[in-house]
Order: sequence, then C-alpha cells, then structure tokens
Amino acid sequence: MAMQKIFVANRGEIAVRILRAAKELGIATVQAVSAADETMLAARLADETAKIGPPHASKSYLNGDALIAAALETGCDAVHPGYGFLSENAAFAQKVEAAGMIFVGPKPETIARMGDKAVARREAQLAGVPTVPGSDGTVKDVAEAQAAAEAVGYPVMIKAAAGGGGRGIRITENAGELAALIPQASAEAKAAFGDGGLYLERFVRRARHVEVQVLGDGERAIHLYERECSLQRRRQKVWEEAPAACLSDAQREALCMSAVKLAERVNYRGAGTLEYLFDETTGEFFFIEMNTRIQVEHPVTEMVTGIDLVAWMIRIAGGEKLGLSQKDIRLRGHAVEARINAEDPSADFRPHPGTVSGLEVPGGMGVRFDTMLYPGYQVPPFYDSLLGKLIAHAETRVAAIARMARALGELKIEGLPTTVPLHLALTRADDVRRGTFHTNWLEAWLKGHPLAAERTEAGQSEAGKESR
Amino acid sequence: MTKTTIEAPIPGTFYRSPSPEEPVFKKEGDPVAIGDTLGLIEVMKSFTPVVAEAAGTLVAFHVENEDAVMAGQPLYDLEA
Repeated sequence: MAMQKIFVANRGEIAVRILRAAKELGIATVQAVSAADETMLAARLADETAKIGPPHASKSYLNGDALIAAALETGCDAVHPGYGFLSENAAFAQKVEAAGMIFVGPKPETIARMGDKAVARREAQLAGVPTVPGSDGTVKDVAEAQAAAEAVGYPVMIKAAAGGGGRGIRITENAGELAALIPQASAEAKAAFGDGGLYLERFVRRARHVEVQVLGDGERAIHLYERECSLQRRRQKVWEEAPAACLSDAQREALCMSAVKLAERVNYRGAGTLEYLFDETTGEFFFIEMNTRIQVEHPVTEMVTGIDLVAWMIRIAGGEKLGLSQKDIRLRGHAVEARINAEDPSADFRPHPGTVSGLEVPGGMGVRFDTMLYPGYQVPPFYDSLLGKLIAHAETRVAAIARMARALGELKIEGLPTTVPLHLALTRADDVRRGTFHTNWLEAWLKGHPLAAERTEAGQSEAGKESR
Repeated sequence: MTKTTIEAPIPGTFYRSPSPEEPVFKKEGDPVAIGDTLGLIEVMKSFTPVVAEAAGTLVAFHVENEDAVMAGQPLYDLEA
C-alpha cells in the first residue's frame, strides 16, 4: 500500500526538507506545529497544519501522544520523525505502528537494539566491524591492566566503570606510567562513584569523525559512501564534507563495506548512519554508534551521489523495495556543508533568536541552501539554533571550498547574528583548505583566531551558559 | 514600601528551579539580595540565569515554571 498522507512530526529546516520530498512523490502533507511555530516555513508549505501543543518541546514535539492524536485526526497514514526529538525513540515508533500508521524509519526493535551502545558494539563485532579496542570488562590490578594495555595498544585511556561524561579519564603512553596511575585512578573512582572498577580503551589522539550513510529495505542494504564531520565545537558538528578527504580508496572501500555488513546483519530498513572514529596515523577505523534516522548533514551525500535520501526513506517506508544496487552508487566530486546557526561567533557562540529583517540567498551552480528562513520570520527561542545549511558541490574539494566561500559571501541574513563569519574564516584557514584537521582542531583554532563582532547591536545580554 | 515589577530580559522558557528535582530558587515572601538568582531562561538550549539587580522581598511571580516568556514580559514583583 503506497502512502497517501504523511504527518511531519518535526520542525525547522528538516520539516521543510521532508515536505519537499513528500510533495515530489505526490503524497499529501500535514505539518505538526507547536504554539510557537504557526508562522514557520514548513507550516506555510504543508497542505495542512495540526496544532500539537505549547512551545516547549516537552509539551509538543516530544509529546508522542499529542503527535499521534494529531496525525490520526488529520487522516494521515504515515509519520516522519525527522532528526532529534522522537526520531530515535523506539516506544514512539511502536505507538505509531500500534495506531495503524507507518513509521518512516527502521522497525522499533532495530531502533531499540542499535540505540543501546553496548548492544550496538556487540552487533558490530559479530558483523566483523572493528570497534574501539579495550579491555574485556574491568581490570582488577596493575598486572592485569598492563596485560590488557599491551593487547589494546598504547596510548590507552583509563576509565572508571561507574563514571561518565569524561570524568576521571587518564591517558598513558607506557606500562610504567600505567602502573603508577592505576591505584590513583581506582582510589579516585571509589571516592567519586563509590566503585573503584576501571577499564581501558585505546586513545586516539588525532581522531577524525567519519560516518557511512546506508539505505536498506529490511533485507538488502547499500552504502552511499561516507562523510567527514571532524570540525566540531562542544561535540556539535559545524562543517561536514563528502567524501572524507583523509581516506585512501582502499580504506574507503573497507570502511563502507563494513557498514553494509552491519546494516544487513540488523536487517536495517530506511536511511541510517554508522559513525566511526578514524585514526589517521594508523589508518584504522572503529565503529562507535549508529544513528537510526536521517541526519542533519545528509545533503552532502545527496550532492555527491545524486540520490534523494529523504525520498528513498519515504518510498521504502511505503513498502517499495530498495531499487538501487551498490554499483548504481557513484561518487561525483566533493561537497561541503556549513551549518548556519543563530549564534554570535564573537560572543562565545551565544544563541540569539530574533527577527530576520532581511534575507539574500546565494545561488548559482552547485549551491544549495536548505533553510527554515524567509524575510520577516521570527526565529523562536524555544528550539535549537540551526537556521539552515549551506551546501557547495564542485568537481574537486578545492573548488567546493572556493564555491562555499563565494556562496557565504552572497548569503545575507539581517536582524540577528549568525555563524556565517565563522564559516568564511574556515574557508580561509590553511588546515581546512589542506584537510588537515581532527575532532579537537576547531576548538583549539578558535582560541587562536577570535572572530570579530559582525554586528554591534547583537548579543548585548549578559547571558551565562549553564547546562541544566 | 514600593512595588517594582521586573521583566524578562530575553525571550525563552522560564524555569523557577535549577533542575526539575530541586526546589525553586526563591519563593513568594523570600528576601532577595542583589545578585541572587531567581530563575533560568532557556534560549535555544542554553540557560541564562535571571539575576536580581535590586534587593527587596519577592511578593509575586507572574509566570509559571516552564512558561514561554517574551522579552519585556513581567516576571516577578519585588517590594522594597
């Protein structure tokens, strides 16, 4: 049964992206709107809108029952969760199916299985996909730690079994230092977490974040090559590329085929991404986790492969078989994506909602701007700061970066500060141009390259950043 | 005794306590000193404390916990 009417259970730029794909497939659309989102671009583009609750996400886009009730009330037969919010919530997917609708994504049990990091790691190992080497459980004394470290390979990280959030992690290069650190770390873990248990993991000093895009229909899966997302700030991706410039052809082949093996092992259905850490010094890659949804940075893959990932997600969810084979997927050129956020780069990237008083959008060959903006739009303060993604595609990486710089120069967003100045500076940075960066590069570079204020009137409040 | 109404400095989601499990920063009748935190406003997933710029006694809140607030919207009344 083909899908007739799809409910978009998300907002912002990804809601716009989903609506566009659905329209092109001839599927009617209903857009979920919170009380703060009635004027958003997706609400304007959808055939219908459905109110789902107050502004705060916990009462609207995270309220599964309200979303399902709205989808049923408007006669939808499918729900697309987008990314974030409930997109990787197995219970929500289950409820959508129980209500007699299609969940555009993997089966609920796949979401649950791959959402558990330990289970996902085990599945990867069973599929023959390398995971970050570590001790087999906790190490009970110095001798056992040294033996485990020898097998894992130095440098190693000493981690508290009961710890989390990076607390109490120590890094050591050799067995002598390890012997001195183990008792210290154990005593500290005991004091901090009430459990002195320690385990070891390989430490990769200059890790690069690479991830493989897969598409599956529940039986067969293919890869659509990889992306590199090493330019990050506070673990948030800032700039993404496809393909990863750091890989050789042989490494690329091995990496991407490992992702297909894992996707097929779990009978993956829909679009998914397998995240890996790549050690450039040794050429090794290690599976970290799988994201069972569409990702923010999916357009770079679409540009270099010519495949519409969101359309395929919807088609597969509607019951179609994956009509693509691996040999249909060819890499063409290079694409880069800059995340344009409502943040002030001259004030420690403080988020800054406001009204878009003027907007000029870049164009020309190889330029794509996936955005939620229109002139006069009031960016609400209740959700994340992503305004859009500027993507540049060209025959080579050098040309793609030149095109990105040109497009950033044309992009004018008036009324609120954005991360455009950061991206302009990145297109000029030697390490970015050469592709010599790693996941800790951007934060270190920002310390040495403070960005000047773009607008003097923006960001006047004495906002402190705290996490709740 | 004069009553002053303090407005929200920025738009966002207002919280009266540091986290859902913890008690409110200030309750009605509590004394307020300059620099005291009365709440948090969440803007695009970043939290900004609402800090008292005047001392007095907290007499009333105009918003509930987790309410959406606009910049300039009355937040609380202070009597001094």
